[in-house]
Amino acid sequence: MIEWSIHLLMELLQTCRDILPIAITIIGFQLLVIRRPLAHPKRTLIGFFYVLLGIVVFLEGLDMALFPLGSLMASQLTAPEFLGINPVNQPVSWFTYSWVYVFAASIGFATALAEPALLAVAIKVEQISGGTIPAWGLRISVAIGVALGLALGTFRIVTGLDLSFFIIAGYVIVTIQTYFAPKMIIGLAYDSGGVTTSMVTVPLVTALGLGLAEAIPGRNPLLDGFGLIAFASLFPIIAVLGYAQIAQWLSRNKTSSNP
Amino acid sequence: MPLLNNPFIRQLFSSFLDLAPILAVVIIFQVFVIQQPIPDVAELIIGTFLVVLGLTLFVQGLEQSLFPLGESMAYAFARKGSLLWLLAFAFCLGFGAAIAEPALIAVADKAANIAATGGLIEQSGVAKDSYALGLRVTVALSIGFAILVGVFRIIRGWPVHYPVFAGFGCVAVMTPFAPDEIIGIAYDSGAIATSTITVPLVTALGVGLATAIKGRNPMTDGFGLIVFAVLMPMIFVMAYGMII
Repeated sequence: MIEWSIHLLMELLQTCRDILPIAITIIGFQLLVIRRPLAHPKRTLIGFFYVLLGIVVFLEGLDMALFPLGSLMASQLTAPEFLGINPVNQPVSWFTYSWVYVFAASIGFATALAEPALLAVAIKVEQISGGTIPAWGLRISVAIGVALGLALGTFRIVTGLDLSFFIIAGYVIVTIQTYFAPKMIIGLAYDSGGVTTSMVTVPLVTALGLGLAEAIPGRNPLLDGFGLIAFASLFPIIAVLGYAQIAQWLSRNKTSSNP
Repeated sequence: MPLLNNPFIRQLFSSFLDLAPILAVVIIFQVFVIQQPIPDVAELIIGTFLVVLGLTLFVQGLEQSLFPLGESMAYAFARKGSLLWLLAFAFCLGFGAAIAEPALIAVADKAANIAATGGLIEQSGVAKDSYALGLRVTVALSIGFAILVGVFRIIRGWPVHYPVFAGFGCVAVMTPFAPDEIIGIAYDSGAIATSTITVPLVTALGVGLATAIKGRNPMTDGFGLIVFAVLMPMIFVMAYGMII
């Protein structure tokens, strides 16, 4: 019990250090540059305390639940008994691990579809486009984008192909799409990549990637374990640009065919 | 229902909803595909509860401290005040938000463990802590710098894709020269760090700026800050990997 309290206290102190820069920035600029006193000092202070406590409890929960869950799924889905193979005397083809890709795609699809930040972006896009790019279609296309991204990302870990090849190919696609996409959508589409990787998705997906790299023969967590999040943040950009493009074409065709 | 009107209860519920899709997918796979006993179920359940509780406290705290202050300041700075102060604020906001981002704290620790197991750094607590902190500070510096560049872009009215293409180019050119062990975490770090604290504060700054500057449309010109915050850490972390 004492050991645990000391551990908690250490975590609290460390988290204090972590939120100090943003607290100093906000409060310092408010008092010294804008020169206005804090509107609700007590409320703000309690808020900072909640943030502090929240981070400590959240990180504790991550170590107990989300990280183990990610590695558990990785090890169970790659276990030779589950796959019905004997990796010692036969080479394993990438196709054997198809449940891994299905799982990664499902996680990507479900979390992106439920992501509140993405909902907000989708509604803004619908407003900007004057209704030609509907919010629901956009959300589904981003969810499919994240699903494809994570499936491809796990495929890359399984096969050990070069991460930078995939990502740079993605950049080339985004660059080409940018020239054709509706101009007003570009900023929002670019930002949608950072938006879909939330606080709960990142730890689970990271643990999944590291777990896969550990479990699959010939892979090394140090070299192959990371990179899934990069896929999950690149593919929504391609999906939003692509969907905006297609939705615009469709609505243009509709207006030109029935004048 | 008076219980549902309590903001804490409502937040608790919405935190649970954040986690629900993951739990649903995992449970479906456990029941229908894997069909094996799960070790340490009790610990997983307690941990899930802690994640929901922590997320609730965190978001509740942000909404009554950092967000209202940060947003009103972002608007205030965007409307008046010198360019120099605005850029200084942009940098500090990006740096501070990224260093406090819980997902980055957790993944940096993970990366340090992997690096130690892989023999990249010493297998000791001190070496791991300094590697994780070095990574986070690198990411935070690069996000501060990214927001500074992004704000400057909005003020000048440059199109968003030129600096983004320049970033793509930098990543592509630097990758062959960066050590292989750093590339994965470098590519991930930007997207990990743009999460619960960074995105709302930075978006408020961008939209505030675009509202304040005449002839800009907040709907279209205010966006495009997050993408720099995703790209810049890739470049900085690869450089960090080359130096150490």
